[in-house]
Amino acid sequence: MNKMPILFSWALKFTFGCLILATAWVTWDNWGRFSFQFDTPQTEASDTPTPHTLAQGEYLVRISGCMACHTSNGGEPLAGGRRIDTPFGPVFSSNLTPSRTHGIGAWTLADFQTALRWGRSRDGHLLLPAFPYNHTSVFTPTDVQAMFAWLQSTKPVDVARPTHQLTWPVGTQPVIAVWRSLYFSPTPFKSNEQQSDVWNRGAYLVQSAGHCAACHGQRNALGSFPAVDDLSGGFLPSQMWVAPSLLNPTQTTLARSSDKDIAQLLRAGQNTSASVSGPMAEFVQHVGQHLSVADSLAIATYLKSRIEPSNHNAKIHSAALASSTPAAQTIYANHCATCHGDNGEGKAGRYPSLAGNPAVVLAQPDNLIQMALYGGYGPSTHDRPRPYGMPPYLFTLNNQQIADVLNHIRSQWGNQAPAISPVQVDRARAAAY
Amino acid sequence: MDMSERVKPCEACHGNQGRAGPDGYYPRLAGKPAGYLYNQMENFSQGRRRYTMMRRMMEPLSPEYQREMANHFAGLHVPYAPPSAPAANISSAQMQRGRQLAMEGDASRKLPACTSCHGTQLMGYTSHIPSLLGLPAAYLGAQLSAWKQGERSTVAPDCMAEIAKRLSPDDATAVTAWLATQPVPMTVSLAKVTTAPADLRCGSAPDLHKGQP
Repeated sequence: MNKMPILFSWALKFTFGCLILATAWVTWDNWGRFSFQFDTPQTEASDTPTPHTLAQGEYLVRISGCMACHTSNGGEPLAGGRRIDTPFGPVFSSNLTPSRTHGIGAWTLADFQTALRWGRSRDGHLLLPAFPYNHTSVFTPTDVQAMFAWLQSTKPVDVARPTHQLTWPVGTQPVIAVWRSLYFSPTPFKSNEQQSDVWNRGAYLVQSAGHCAACHGQRNALGSFPAVDDLSGGFLPSQMWVAPSLLNPTQTTLARSSDKDIAQLLRAGQNTSASVSGPMAEFVQHVGQHLSVADSLAIATYLKSRIEPSNHNAKIHSAALASSTPAAQTIYANHCATCHGDNGEGKAGRYPSLAGNPAVVLAQPDNLIQMALYGGYGPSTHDRPRPYGMPPYLFTLNNQQIADVLNHIRSQWGNQAPAISPVQVDRARAAAY
Repeated sequence: MDMSERVKPCEACHGNQGRAGPDGYYPRLAGKPAGYLYNQMENFSQGRRRYTMMRRMMEPLSPEYQREMANHFAGLHVPYAPPSAPAANISSAQMQRGRQLAMEGDASRKLPACTSCHGTQLMGYTSHIPSLLGLPAAYLGAQLSAWKQGERSTVAPDCMAEIAKRLSPDDATAVTAWLATQPVPMTVSLAKVTTAPADLRCGSAPDLHKGQP
């Protein structure tokens, strides 16, 4: 007769015990470990950094996107305040200038190392994972020291970071702590002795500075950090762009491009078979074009080695395949053919081909819809300072017409991809950012 | 030749050769002063003017390329559409008031005449101040209210924002109605303005107050 209450009380005790253990673990994981100085910095700041260290630091700050993310549009370099939209609300980047009041002027090298390695600020508070500290934990101590030295040599700007606008309780310290215990542990770079120095340099850059997995890796609904080398493809919900899988040879032109072509795409924003748009265009504008030729080639070497040829070829689409209509052909002839050609062949160096273009036939059509609605220019870069652009069709064509013409290009010239519905176009229109 | 292909995306909204879009909200670019056009590109990409489409278009481009595009449109001299007929709901008293505001201003409300900065012909001044003619009333009105509400701004000190705030809704209606019905003069001189207002400074047009403290 007493069985139920006994069971109940046992379950209650068990649950309670688990909660205590979990709380203890989260507390140790996020705060306790820092009471012990086991993670002391391996390098100490020298009094005067060499010009070489400073140059290296500036280069790393640039190619890691620190500069891009920590500079607001039209604002002082590195003074923060750039708005970053997340699925949980907008957040604002912090001030990285050596301002003693609002920046990192009062920080020591050890403080900076802890921030990059552990995502923990000087005063002990846990940093929001909009700062990709899984990737910054990959940096070598020498690189971290160089970045710190250069940042400290820049002009201090006394400007405070605007308040984050996250939906409560997201962004509170206990929530960040639990999230971190679930999804974060530092992953310092481990080189692969089986591979060449060039390959290892590429792997290091992709996992640290490049933080490619931040977009090209998979996150769960809680916005988990992907593994730093996860390149299996992701989705950017705030911008509604797909970051294609870099492993799957059908989703990008990586597999059929030479290392040189890949390096050119990263630095110039365009090569003979591909051009960048959307968030990848932002990457090239702020980061890619500043990569050294050697580093961009190293990244290409590493990325090519990650392609998994056999796994993806026979993927069968469950959705209905796109097909064309006479109306769609007319729209194509009137609005698209002048630049992209009657047979989707494009114009070399100006407009991408649509025939056989992996971006056109991605099963998830978001990028194609974004291009048709908003058009736009690729990035101005050193190697391609005056890009050609595409007109927006947001006002010229309605949802049905855009779906029709996209289904046309997804079903011609050997292209084959799932059909796009007007509802999908409408969703992208409604979510304009 | 080559530039006209590079600016094809602009023409989707701003019309063939930048002669204005069909619905009145996408203004003419052709023949506007290059400095003014460039300032607007910067204002859109840096958030002082808010329009998602323009921000997305301009953000990836270098300042050098933007300037080249501005020069391209500034150098295009294509015909203007005839001015719109006065709207039926605008009285002749309102038109009179509009003309007065544009040509003389209203000292009692601290409103300088439009001609004091936008040129004696209202066709703009040097390279940073745009013409006010050849634009529909809907566009002019939308700009004034955007300025008033902070949706449109420029580098400080923002003289036009100050004037828009001083302008009552009735006066805004009157002056935009009058401006929209004026014909564009056949020959245009961008060199003359009446006296620039002494109590205002314009960050977007540093040449306006040349020689003044």
